[in-house]
Amino acid sequence: MSSMNMKEKPVMDLESVLNKLESSEGKQYWRSLDELAQGEGFQEMIQREFPRQASEWTDPVTRRRFLTLMSASLALAGLSGCRPPGGKIVPNIKDPDGVTPGRSMFFATAMPLAGYGTGLLAESNQGRPTKIEGNIDHPSSLGATDVFAQASVLGLYDPDREAGLTYLGKPKSWDDLVANLKAELTKLPKGKGFYLLTETITSPSLVHQLENELLKDYPEITWVQHEPAASDNGITGLAKAFGTPLQHIYQVKSADVILSFDADLLGRGPAHLRYTREFSSRRDLEKLESMTRLYVAESTLTNTGVKADHRLALRAMEIERMAFLVAFHLKIEGVAKPKGLSAEAHLWAEVVADDLSTKGKGTTLVIAGDEQPESVHVIVAAINDKLGNIGKTVSYIDPVHVKPGERSKSLRGLVDDMNSGKVKALFILNANPVYTAGADLGFKAAFEKVPQRYRMGLFHDETSRLCHWHIPDSHFLESWGDVRAFDGTATVIQPLIAPLYFGHNFQELLGGLSSKPNRDASAIVKDFWKNWYESPAQTALRSTVPFEKFFRRSLHDGLIEGTRALTKVVKLQVEAVTAAIKKFESSSEWKEGSKDNLEITFRPDESVFDGRFANNGWLLEMPKSTTKITWDNAAIMSYKTALDLGVSLNTEKRPELEDGVYRSPASSYGYTGGEHGRAYVDTIKLSIQGRDLVLPVWVVPGHPDNTINVQLGYGRERAGKVGTRDVGADVYKLRTSSEPWNALGLKAVTTGKQHVLACTQSHHYMEGRHLVRSGTVAGTKENPKWVEAMGSGGEEHDEHAGHDHKPGEHKHEEHKHEEHGKTPLSLLPEVVSEKYAYKQHKWGMIINLTTCTGCTACVVACQAENNIPVVGKMEVTRGREMHWIRIDRYFEGNPLKANSLKAHYQPIPCQQCENAPCEQVCPVAATVHSYDGLNDMVYNRCVGTRYCSNNCPYKVRRFNFLQYTDYASVSMKMVNNPDVTVRSRGVMEKCTYCVQRIRAAEIEAEKRGKLKAERENRALDRSKDCQIQDGEIVTACQAACPAGAIVFGDLVDPNSKIAKLQKKVANMNYSILEELNTRPRTTYLAEVRNPNPKLETTGKGHG
Amino acid sequence: MAQVFPRYANVLTWIVIGGVVLGASTLGVAAMVFARTPYATHTQIALSQPIQFSHAHHVSGLGIDCRYCHTSVEESGYANIPPTKTCMNCHSQIWVGSKMLEPVRESYRTGKSLEWNKIHRLSDFVYFDHSIHVTKGIGCVSCHGRVDQMQAVYQNGTLLMEWCLECHRAPERHLRPRDQVFNMGFQPKDLNQADGSPHTQATLGAELRKKYDIRSLIECSTCHR
Repeated sequence: MSSMNMKEKPVMDLESVLNKLESSEGKQYWRSLDELAQGEGFQEMIQREFPRQASEWTDPVTRRRFLTLMSASLALAGLSGCRPPGGKIVPNIKDPDGVTPGRSMFFATAMPLAGYGTGLLAESNQGRPTKIEGNIDHPSSLGATDVFAQASVLGLYDPDREAGLTYLGKPKSWDDLVANLKAELTKLPKGKGFYLLTETITSPSLVHQLENELLKDYPEITWVQHEPAASDNGITGLAKAFGTPLQHIYQVKSADVILSFDADLLGRGPAHLRYTREFSSRRDLEKLESMTRLYVAESTLTNTGVKADHRLALRAMEIERMAFLVAFHLKIEGVAKPKGLSAEAHLWAEVVADDLSTKGKGTTLVIAGDEQPESVHVIVAAINDKLGNIGKTVSYIDPVHVKPGERSKSLRGLVDDMNSGKVKALFILNANPVYTAGADLGFKAAFEKVPQRYRMGLFHDETSRLCHWHIPDSHFLESWGDVRAFDGTATVIQPLIAPLYFGHNFQELLGGLSSKPNRDASAIVKDFWKNWYESPAQTALRSTVPFEKFFRRSLHDGLIEGTRALTKVVKLQVEAVTAAIKKFESSSEWKEGSKDNLEITFRPDESVFDGRFANNGWLLEMPKSTTKITWDNAAIMSYKTALDLGVSLNTEKRPELEDGVYRSPASSYGYTGGEHGRAYVDTIKLSIQGRDLVLPVWVVPGHPDNTINVQLGYGRERAGKVGTRDVGADVYKLRTSSEPWNALGLKAVTTGKQHVLACTQSHHYMEGRHLVRSGTVAGTKENPKWVEAMGSGGEEHDEHAGHDHKPGEHKHEEHKHEEHGKTPLSLLPEVVSEKYAYKQHKWGMIINLTTCTGCTACVVACQAENNIPVVGKMEVTRGREMHWIRIDRYFEGNPLKANSLKAHYQPIPCQQCENAPCEQVCPVAATVHSYDGLNDMVYNRCVGTRYCSNNCPYKVRRFNFLQYTDYASVSMKMVNNPDVTVRSRGVMEKCTYCVQRIRAAEIEAEKRGKLKAERENRALDRSKDCQIQDGEIVTACQAACPAGAIVFGDLVDPNSKIAKLQKKVANMNYSILEELNTRPRTTYLAEVRNPNPKLETTGKGHG
Repeated sequence: MAQVFPRYANVLTWIVIGGVVLGASTLGVAAMVFARTPYATHTQIALSQPIQFSHAHHVSGLGIDCRYCHTSVEESGYANIPPTKTCMNCHSQIWVGSKMLEPVRESYRTGKSLEWNKIHRLSDFVYFDHSIHVTKGIGCVSCHGRVDQMQAVYQNGTLLMEWCLECHRAPERHLRPRDQVFNMGFQPKDLNQADGSPHTQATLGAELRKKYDIRSLIECSTCHR
């Protein structure tokens, strides 16, 4: 594309967006601003199957080099015939009990994240943990997992963990370390001057070791906690409200109306999986009348906000005002009507308060984000008290982690002590304060004054580099331990594999320093729980079961019975509420936001959290749920703010700025602009309190104006091979320990330079058809058939859509032929259904758009299960990411009115078409239909013509343009699932409905049936004997989904969950692009929301 | 201008064209034939092993069942190679001084595994499952040949896809009663039909296929995932 053309293209501006919006009628979904404006470049881009350059080899290979390579491979090909079959078989000396080669085993364990555990089942294949599933019995998992748990297996095998125990860079032994620590501790009187810095700790046995062993022997040791991505405001706020530090537990499933003040209930926090499941259970399409209603006031677009029925975009600092406004309308004593806030916000608060107060006592729930100040938590407690929710939808327990309320404060004290020379030795466990400490603390300089510095961590990172001692920690999948969940339930962490890089963990180190040295972690943990079991409180337990049996059962179940925290009876302190009201009224004066006094909000990142997962390729390449950015963080702002700041909204490369680059040279990403995964965005310099940082700008509709959201965890200097270079920018440099979550006084100036973001947002465009169908409860009551009506297309506006087929009134009827036996859609004789009668099985999938929260766990779960490689940022910018399931995100509404914005998620795996376009064009029959109706993809047959992908209307096929799979690193081979072929270069791949799991279950069912028939001495009757139970096959995405939005099963079996669902909510069930007569097996349930009619100003419900 | 090509060039052209076509097809056929030779498929080649373990001796001579060593064959996709412990079950009692068995004892003593050379090697994209074949009445012999007569094990079948499909298309060719799966010397004629006449593989296979309700699975994802 020449630069001339570029200039002539219609430029994206405010006017064109608005014109576009106003000129079209009905519901409109759009995915990016480019799309909305329908620039020429965009049109060209969506016409292409793969982006330009997608088939180019990155490295410049000369002809000579090519010939050399070719001749070498030819020579090798000739030789390959001569070698013996090769390979060794190395059996065990003794087979371990219970292990059958070739059969995977599952062990219950838990993953600690920011101190809190999520119960998991880890799959072990001959001693290698390869896949993580949720533990259905565990309170914070309920069978689901999040992205971090899914990606933890990759973290385990990360070759960058291989650092060894070193002192000043020289290898040392474990005994050297223990001796050194002992000497250091004895040198200091009672340990005075020895400081210990940890992250959040909930592990009961570790707490016991610290408090009853280490701090008993050395009482003068100072123990400090630091958790960069967790806030204690909730705990300290509740401490004020109720007089004692507390932690809340929500009963989301009992709440008819939920109001959230900047709390990402469904997306973050130690219980978000549970809350998501509970929330989805109240968004049941079968029980529309009892659907819960969710109001969210939030400072940046979160998964919770996307699912909200009404969402109000506010700056983080305005949330407090909003909370008091709602409190005022709820007539909380002493609350005066706060000044400020828009008229829209006032109406919102009034309606919400009305909705809350008219519902029955104890049937609503008001929640506050942990990042919000204490006053919000106090007033929210007062609101919940007033609404009778305490004890019903919200209950309180003692804080689960030790030293509650100290996490965000104590680092400052440590820095002061380091500066004053009080710290003689500092031992850091896992935390990475050199990177994560606030910019105002001067941690690094103070740290270097400490005479002895120890660091135990997974990686030799920024902090380890400045330490005398580096002690590699063991991953949770390779060491013993225990951890508590959000409700106090303890789980013993079982190792799945012997430590890959080092043999010890922190508990063993503490054991080594204690009077009982040389115990391994398993003994330490077991001893602790034995003592617990023998304590007077457990008399009842002791009378029922002996310890060994109890412990084994606890290991098996993945949780320890009787450890759940008891609900506390609490009483609201009226004077605390009054004090909070007074403080709010005296301290805060209302100021309109402006572009000269912006607000900045800091939040942990969806992919790398606080930076600890910065070397995990699966997480880095995971498209973030709302932005769809991979491999980067960005300054997220609203359209209006971006326009105010003079940011270009065009994501195409501007030729005049070719040399203007930010960190990664844009030129290395080629010369075509805005295509597929490549977004050229403006960069902006953010300055606050004399500190500044350049970040790329990403505009998110629905983001409040005059506030910029940035994500923690990027820009690491020593993360490892994957996460160190050019991966985002370090926003800790802007963050202070006094204002860690939001701060005012931010200045932002565009730099005039561009940055390339690898964004998967707009390169899977589906030509404006009604892919997501969204309606309301009220609308469904009026017209239960709205989903169908929407599909028969009255509202097409896109001239490209439907030119080959004009959908008519009768179309949908025809399509239902398969189920109802009506006339077929096609003029040609119906071969599909005759050829495949599907008497045995007919696998199908339903994805429920009402409950999907876009959390992306399915994407990473699929990656783990199916050996999907990571391709890197450069390849993503060429549209070559390999994820078999993607989550499309559509926006609806006016981008300039943040509060009108609705977003929709739609996971798209292979649709497993009955009449599959891909199968018809494959010249080598590498993709064919199977007897149970799957579109089999045969890698070994594929010659890489890519015809199938060209012909796939859903764009779900992925091609290995290059050798993406890492065959070189030994440890990376271990993460592969042995049941799935590892694909090489030049091979097409796609979702198979986890065919390996289907076939495994089939084999089991066949064996079961055969043996049963044999026992009963009769002929086998397949339809009776070899039944696969519904739920026996669970696809990886389905297993991970916390919302239960993915249902997989046998459509032939009338009693299967999927068949029942298809019948019960038939009016909600639709397939995408059904007018193409592809007859997808994967169908969708429409999205239904439950908006309050009083707030439905734009009210175009589909009725 | 004189003719560039003499008259006989016509004939020569046809000869050359015919030669090229013939040569190319001969080469093609040769390649196909070559791919099926024992040399290319590694059939009938016995490799030297760390111990000269004789299946003939242990199976035919001593009557040890396949499953005594290959324990997981009925449960798992993989039929395991026995651990050293299995050898030592007997050889800690008999032939304790045998020189031939020194590597076994050493392995047991030192905890270092024996390293057997692999005979059967399927491609990585093939997911063969022993347990289902055994359960459905395919004898070990059908694929592995008369292992009970092998002094040193060699690969019996070609392990080419056509070789798999030959049976998958018509499983009755190899079906045998479940209780005869591990009987290396089983012959269909050992069993009688309902009318008292001895079975042939054709009659037995057809009968069993019906009784066991064996499907002909030739879908790609049956083996390739």
